[in-house]
Amino acid sequence: MKRSFSEKLSSIFIATILILLSIVCLYPFVYVFSASFSSGNAVITGEVLLFPKDITLDSYKSILAKEGLWQAYGNTVFYTVAGTAFSILLTICGAYPLSKSRLVGRTFVAFFIAFTLWFGAGLIPTYLNFKELGLLDTRTSIIVGFAVSAFLVILLRTFFQSIPDSLEESAKMDGANDLQILRHIYLPLSKPALVTVGLIYAVGKWNSYFWAMVLLNDESKIPLQVLLKKMIVEMSLNEELTGSMNAANAMSQETFIYATIIVSILPIVLVYPFLQKYFVKGTMIGGIKE
Amino acid sequence: MQLNSPLSEVKETSAQANRSEFALKLQAVKTIVWRDKYLYFMLIPFILWYLIFAYKPMYGLQIAFKDYSLFKGITESPWVGFENFERFFRSEYFIRNLVNTFMINFWGLIFAFPAPIILALLLNEVKNVMFKKTVQTITYLPHFISVVIIAGIVTNFLAPTNGIVNIIIEKFGGEKINFLAMPEFFRTIYIGSMQIWKDVGYSAIIYLAAIAGINPALYEAAKMDGANRWKQMWHITLPGMLPTIMILLILNLGSFLEVGYESIILLYQPATYETADVINTYVYRAGLQGGNYEVGAAAGLFNSVVSLILVVLANRLSKKMTNVGLW
Repeated sequence: MKRSFSEKLSSIFIATILILLSIVCLYPFVYVFSASFSSGNAVITGEVLLFPKDITLDSYKSILAKEGLWQAYGNTVFYTVAGTAFSILLTICGAYPLSKSRLVGRTFVAFFIAFTLWFGAGLIPTYLNFKELGLLDTRTSIIVGFAVSAFLVILLRTFFQSIPDSLEESAKMDGANDLQILRHIYLPLSKPALVTVGLIYAVGKWNSYFWAMVLLNDESKIPLQVLLKKMIVEMSLNEELTGSMNAANAMSQETFIYATIIVSILPIVLVYPFLQKYFVKGTMIGGIKE
Repeated sequence: MQLNSPLSEVKETSAQANRSEFALKLQAVKTIVWRDKYLYFMLIPFILWYLIFAYKPMYGLQIAFKDYSLFKGITESPWVGFENFERFFRSEYFIRNLVNTFMINFWGLIFAFPAPIILALLLNEVKNVMFKKTVQTITYLPHFISVVIIAGIVTNFLAPTNGIVNIIIEKFGGEKINFLAMPEFFRTIYIGSMQIWKDVGYSAIIYLAAIAGINPALYEAAKMDGANRWKQMWHITLPGMLPTIMILLILNLGSFLEVGYESIILLYQPATYETADVINTYVYRAGLQGGNYEVGAAAGLFNSVVSLILVVLANRLSKKMTNVGLW
């Protein structure tokens, strides 16, 4: 088919916009990556724009030497792994019964959950609740306290509902109970949905900082994001106080932060192909964004 | 007496019948519940979690109406009526933060909300699959980066002395600007980084799904009638996306007062409070940092109630105008 001149022109126009957008989305990552491998001096004088300059591993060496950082990294891994496992378990406990239309009281439970989507107690009562439960400054608070996302319960329930009832009925004929049916029929068939739910939980936990910052005081328990936040705030405070800042300090701090950022997003970038695939799936199943 | 007795007999038997009917029903419910015992058993930990971590804090909301003391606890603290609300409404923060909340949302609706819609429309016009996939892969990436890291990158890029933006400005002969300390730049920086840059690609997914669901016959018919690409986009693709757009708009309005306080906290500073401070950041400072729990809880409750009203209103409006609603 012959395309008119104006159609070609609009194709070029669209492609240009999309390329520009991609550059804007990608550039910060490229810059942070290059800066983390450059000397502090090259970074603060603006010589690093795209590629690393005076390539050095100094920032990564100082990361290796910083003990608190590895501890925070370990904490984040622990919160993510343990928290995701706990979250998936609870989500299945809610989503499976709710996927059965025969269940008496289902509508009530569904409303009970949906209500929390539209009305929340807010920061202070939530904080005081942790205090009353004696969970302040405990790892339990991070793993148990924010375990369930109503959105993901709904997503998993929708997926369970899409599995034909006939499978369940024939298993019942053979004398299987609900737990056996869940374990041997539903869970194996729901692997993609479970991976999606697990990944969404895991990314959320890996990236979360707010409640960890509010609930944890003990330096040895804080996750990476909270430590990063402290470093960044510290740096901008320093810069503010000293105006033109102490050059040596600036150099090490800035590249150090860039290197920390690279180390902390590395796991996400490594699993990114899976993330992209399963998050897109999740958005399609759920129909509604988080 | 003579006359009464048969009547009372009738009554008695009907009562008996009622009772046995009730017993039968109870029996039926019992069998049904017993049939699904494992399902109920699974629900127990789930419901317990919701009771402890979502509903119990709602019970704690009463401190918004109390003179809360840490020693007396939530239940024992004395009631004070609307005193905490009055204190919040009278404080200098109320109007300023309400206006800021409104403005950030308003500009978000104008710029950040349509951005993924436009991106989805543009991607839909791309015929080259490789190019389309590449653009999608790149633009989804920022969604997976934590707000702390985004704030860190923004802070470093905009740093007054050696941030890359200021270095470039200086190279072109301009004056260095301390962007993050200037109230007039806050909204642009916040919406640009935390809303558009972070989520434009990812939010486009759902619109692309909506576009994929449009009946191709409609496009064929339009082509027959001589509609060009622009007209097809305007008359078929956009109306086809409308239900999705409306649902996301309602959700957006529902979180109107919630604005991303977690990310605002990372980007604001006292110098920019006049445009950056919103109700929830005030709750965080006054309540969690300042220990003024009851006023924080009152401000938070105000936030939650107004949000709930907004969702209901938005839903009703949307149902009336487009027949699309959340419930």
